[in-house]
Amino acid sequence: MAARDPRDAVITGIGLVSALADGVGDHHRLLNGNERAKPLLDTESYAPYSFHPLVEIDLGTQIPRRGDQRQMENWQRYGTYGAGLALDDAGIKGDEEVLGRTNLIVAAGGGERDPEVDSTIADGIDAADNRGAFLNEHLMNDLRPTLFLAQLSNLLAGNISLVHHVIGSSRTFMGEELGGAMALDRAHRQIRANQGDIFLVGAANNAGRPDMLLYLALGDCLWSGADVPSVWQRGGQPGGVVSGSMAAFLVIESRAHAEARGARIYAQLDGVIADRGPRDDAQKREKRLNRQRAFLEAKTGTAPIGVISAASGARDAMELERAFLTQLSEERPMAIRGASTVLGHGIEAQMPSSVALAAAALEKGTFFPPFDDSGFEDPIPAPPDVIAVSMWGYWRGEALAIIRAER
Amino acid sequence: MAGAALDHKNRPIVAVTGMGVVSSLGAGRKDNFAALTSGQSGIRTISRFPVDGMRTTMAGTVDFLDFPEFSAPALTEKLAVTAGEEAIAQSGIGRIGDFPGPLFIGIPPVELEWQHRFDLYTKGTGGGGYGRLLDVARKGDYKNLHRLISFAGVEEAVSDHFGTIGAPISLTTACASGASAIQLGAEAIRRGETEAALCIAADGSVHAEAVIRFSLLSALSTRNDPPEKASKPFSKDRDGFVVAEGSGAFVLENLDSAKARGAEVLAIVAGCGEQADDFHRTRSKPDGSSIIGVFRDALADAGLEPGDIDHVNAHGTSTPENDKMEYMGLSTVFGDDLAGIPVSSNKSMVGHTISAAGAIEAVVSVMTMQNGRIPPTINHDVPDPDIQLDVVPNEARDADVSAVMSNSFGFGGQNVSLILRREPA
Repeated sequence: MAARDPRDAVITGIGLVSALADGVGDHHRLLNGNERAKPLLDTESYAPYSFHPLVEIDLGTQIPRRGDQRQMENWQRYGTYGAGLALDDAGIKGDEEVLGRTNLIVAAGGGERDPEVDSTIADGIDAADNRGAFLNEHLMNDLRPTLFLAQLSNLLAGNISLVHHVIGSSRTFMGEELGGAMALDRAHRQIRANQGDIFLVGAANNAGRPDMLLYLALGDCLWSGADVPSVWQRGGQPGGVVSGSMAAFLVIESRAHAEARGARIYAQLDGVIADRGPRDDAQKREKRLNRQRAFLEAKTGTAPIGVISAASGARDAMELERAFLTQLSEERPMAIRGASTVLGHGIEAQMPSSVALAAAALEKGTFFPPFDDSGFEDPIPAPPDVIAVSMWGYWRGEALAIIRAER
Repeated sequence: MAGAALDHKNRPIVAVTGMGVVSSLGAGRKDNFAALTSGQSGIRTISRFPVDGMRTTMAGTVDFLDFPEFSAPALTEKLAVTAGEEAIAQSGIGRIGDFPGPLFIGIPPVELEWQHRFDLYTKGTGGGGYGRLLDVARKGDYKNLHRLISFAGVEEAVSDHFGTIGAPISLTTACASGASAIQLGAEAIRRGETEAALCIAADGSVHAEAVIRFSLLSALSTRNDPPEKASKPFSKDRDGFVVAEGSGAFVLENLDSAKARGAEVLAIVAGCGEQADDFHRTRSKPDGSSIIGVFRDALADAGLEPGDIDHVNAHGTSTPENDKMEYMGLSTVFGDDLAGIPVSSNKSMVGHTISAAGAIEAVVSVMTMQNGRIPPTINHDVPDPDIQLDVVPNEARDADVSAVMSNSFGFGGQNVSLILRREPA
C-alpha cells in the first residue's frame, strides 16, 4: 500500500441517483442482493429506442424552493439533486464556511430543448411562405425565456451554486465522457498540487429527451429494440448505447482537510489518466493504451484488482476496450463489471457514476457480484484493495481512474 | 532547479509567448489593435440570416473567414484554429500539428441547428415532430452531422489540428470561458506538469435562435440604427449588449523554459481570481461580494495591491446591471486609487463575444502594455453619474501600462478576473 500523504485526494461524499436507485447506499445494497438488480427501462416512449428513466425521487428534499425547480430542466434537477446528496453524505450541506471554499467542476452536455416548440416549427415549415420569418416569429413567441438558462451547459453548475451555495469556484467541462474524466482528473491534480482543498465533481444525464436521443441516433450510437442485453452482449448492432438518467456527484478533498473535519473517507482517488486520438490507427491507439497499462502497473503492480468499466455499449469502442481489458487481466488477477448494464449510459456522468460505485464498494470492503452471464465478468475470490475505472467514450476518449481502499 | 524563476508563492511563473485574435474587426492581432485604438466598431446589421420580426437586428459577426458552410461549431472551430495558428507562429514554439503541451479551449455549447432540423425533416415521409426526425436519423447515415454537433467535436478537431498533448479540456463558464481557459493553462504550468499550454477561446454562434434567446432575456441592446452606436458600456443610456463572434489565443509557457529557448516574453499571467455567485441565474449578488472577492483573489494571487494596477480591461458589457455591478466592485476594492485607473471596455467596439470575450480581452490587455496605448470605450456620449470611472471615452490614450486587470462575468454566476503584467525587470 502506498504511504498516506496529507495531499492525497480522498472521496468523502457520494451523491448517486439513477434508474436503479436513489442514493449510494441503495445502489450498493441492490447490486449485492441475491437477485440481480434491474434498472428501470422505458421501451415505448421513443421505440425502437429504449432508455433508462430515473427512479422516482422527491426533488423537494434537495431543491426546497419550487421556484428553483421551475427554472430548471430535468438534467439540472437531477444534477442539483445529486449534488445535494453528495454534500449531505459528506456532512457539509449548509456549512457556509466550507461551501464558500468548495470548488465545483461539472461535466455537461447541452441543455434540454422544448420538444413541443421544435415540433411545431418543424411541422409548419413546409407551408411557410418565408422560412426565416416563420422561424423567427415562432421562436420569439413560443420559447420560454427562463428556459434559455436551462439550455446553457454551465447552468447545472449555476443551479448547484444557487441552491447549495457551493461558490469556491465553478467550471463546466464539455467533451462528453471525457469531460467527466477530466473533471475528476482536475480535482485530483489540483488537490495534489495544493490548488484547492475540497471539490464537488460530477454530472447528470436525462435519458428521456428526444433532442438528445436524436443526436445519438444521428451517430448511429443507440441500441435498437426493447430487449436490452448486458453491455458486453450488444455486439449485434453498431450502436449499443442505452441512455440512462442519472446524477453522480463526488465530494473529493485532501486527506488533511478530510481528517481535520473528521470526515468519513470512502476511498482514495489515486489518479486519472486520460487521452484521445484516432482509434482506427492501431499504432497511435496502442501508444495511448500502453500509457494506461504503465500507469496501472505503476499504481498497483500485479496485485489483484476489480475493474468497473464505464463501457457505453457502442460496439467498436466496446470491442477495443474488451481486448484491452483482457490484456490487462493476463497481467494480474482481475474481475470486470460493466456499469452500463445496471445504470445505462450517462455520457458525462458515466465515469463519475462508475467511480461512485467503486468508492462505495471499497468502503464496504466488497466488490460487486457479476452483472452479466456472458462469461466476461468473473466472480472475484477476495475483495480487491484497488478498483480501476475504465472509460471508453462511445466515439472518442479513453481514461482510467485508480480508486484505492483506505484499509 | 537552480535559478528557477518562481513567483511570490514559489510557483513557476507563467509567461505569454504567443497571441492570436479574430473579431468582427478582422483577423490578426495587429489589425485588431489598430482598429480598436482608432475607435472602430465591428457591429453591423445582421446579413447571415433573415431578421424579420426580431427586436435586435445587429451583431458583431465574423463573415470573412473561408470555410464551407455556417454552423456554430464549424465557425467556432475555424475561429479557434485561426487564432491558435497566429499565437503559435508568434511564439515560435513547436509547430502546427506538434504542440508541446495540452489544449484548453473555451467554446459555446453546440447543438443541432435549424437548417439541420429542416433538412432532416424534409427527408422524412410521414408523421411529425421528433418522431419523424428520429425516423430519418435511423434510416440514414448522419455520422458527419453527429460529429459536427457533438459536444466533443470542436475539441477533437482542434486537438488534432494542433497536435496538442493528451486529453484537451473544452469548457464553458458562459461569458467567462475565455478567462477560464487561460486560468486552466496557468494552473497546469504552475503545477509544473507542463512547460507550455495552448489556451484558446472561440465563439461563432450568432444564429437566429441564439439572438432571439438573448433577446427574450432582455439582455440585448435594441438600438439597431446605427448598429455601431449600440454598444455603450458605462453610459447612462446603455440598454444591453451586442452579441458578437471572435476568438483569442494564448501560448503560455513556464517563464524559465520560454527564456531558455530564446522566446520573446510578451507578458506574465500574474494572477487569477475566481468565485461563483449564488444569488441569481443572471444577476450578481446585490452586495457585489462575489465580484469583490474575485478582484481581491486575483490581486492576492498576483501578489499586488490595488495601486499596482495601471488599467482595467473591463467586462463592461453595456447592460445596465453588469456595468453598475462592475463599477461597484471596482470602487470597493480600488477605493481612492480607482480615480487614477483608466477602465475601458473593448466590447464597445467588438461587442460581446460571449465564450471568446475573456481571451480576446486578455490579448488586447497585453497589446495595451506592449504598445503603451489604451483602447477607448466608444459611444460614450452620456456619462452615467452613478458610475464615476475614467472610461477612456471615445479616443485611445497613450499611457505607460505595466499591469492590467481583465474581468469576465458570466450567466450562472461565473466570475473570473485575470491580472497580466509586463515581465518584471
